[in-house]
Amino acid sequence: MKRSSDQIQLRKLYSRILNLLLPMTSAVMTWKGLMLMTNCRIPIIVLVSGGMADLNRGDLFFTSNFSDDPIHVGETMVFQVEGRGIPIIHRVIKLHKKVNGELKLLTKGDENPVDDRGLYPPGQEWLRRENIIGKVQGIFCCCAWETPY
Amino acid sequence: MNTVLSRANTIFAFTLSVMAALTFCCFLTTAMNDHLSPIKIDVNKIIVKNVQDFSTTRDKNDLGFITFDLQADLQHLFNWNMKQLFLYLTAEYTTPNNKLNQVVLWDKIIRRGENARLDYRSLHSKYYFFDDGKGLRGNQNVTLTLSWNVIPNAGTLPRISGVGAKTFQFPEEYTPGNARI
Repeated sequence: MKRSSDQIQLRKLYSRILNLLLPMTSAVMTWKGLMLMTNCRIPIIVLVSGGMADLNRGDLFFTSNFSDDPIHVGETMVFQVEGRGIPIIHRVIKLHKKVNGELKLLTKGDENPVDDRGLYPPGQEWLRRENIIGKVQGIFCCCAWETPY
Repeated sequence: MNTVLSRANTIFAFTLSVMAALTFCCFLTTAMNDHLSPIKIDVNKIIVKNVQDFSTTRDKNDLGFITFDLQADLQHLFNWNMKQLFLYLTAEYTTPNNKLNQVVLWDKIIRRGENARLDYRSLHSKYYFFDDGKGLRGNQNVTLTLSWNVIPNAGTLPRISGVGAKTFQFPEEYTPGNARI
């Protein structure tokens, strides 16, 4: 009688552990699945500071990074430069593409008076394809619990 | 469901799901819009110089100066799911150095509720029209397009080009000195 009660306790313990693991692993699977679907290192990103007009803290952005989706001027991109830990979401305002596909980009936040050259590391005048994490495809606003007014 | 905490948790989770579904519906109501509109661009003065591009390398690059007229009526594009329109005027051209060049010369943000009827005459570009090289002088095919990026409350951010682009040519000679337009 005592042994079967122990077995029941053990099963309850396993059951509890599995119940805990299930939502955690589902979340990881969804995130990795999204990464594969969009070919992007960060498929969903939350804005933490201003710089683009009317896009406030707490807005969610959906990004993609398909290699056959060319970049154009006017598109909002998520990029990261060396020396800055946080990716930046700004708009491309200048683009020069060579015949071999080599890209030079300049970005600027809509609300900023100057372009982003000051944000790029010293010596780097243009953004390259490898700095780009993804292109912003969609927005889901107002997810923050406190938005600055 | 017999403690305040578990009830609050259930209500919270349900609220989140409902709000997410409603936001998706909000996106669906305007997903089918094409956001097209005719526009009119005219270019007045065009000159090109060759000066040191102080923001990049120490090389001398071609710098274009143009003034342009712009007329568009974009009032009909606004709806309840549109926060703002980001307008930008792009110059697109090809040079021996680069297969594709796109440079934004001017931009404007129109928020919902603001006047969206544009009628500009002899507008100067907001940003310097530097080329990455010396490809502007004598360039026969520079196309100006007015495009807009629709920023919704929820949904995709499409870029639409206005119907009515304008192509112009840069002169074969540099304008020397401090000549301005």
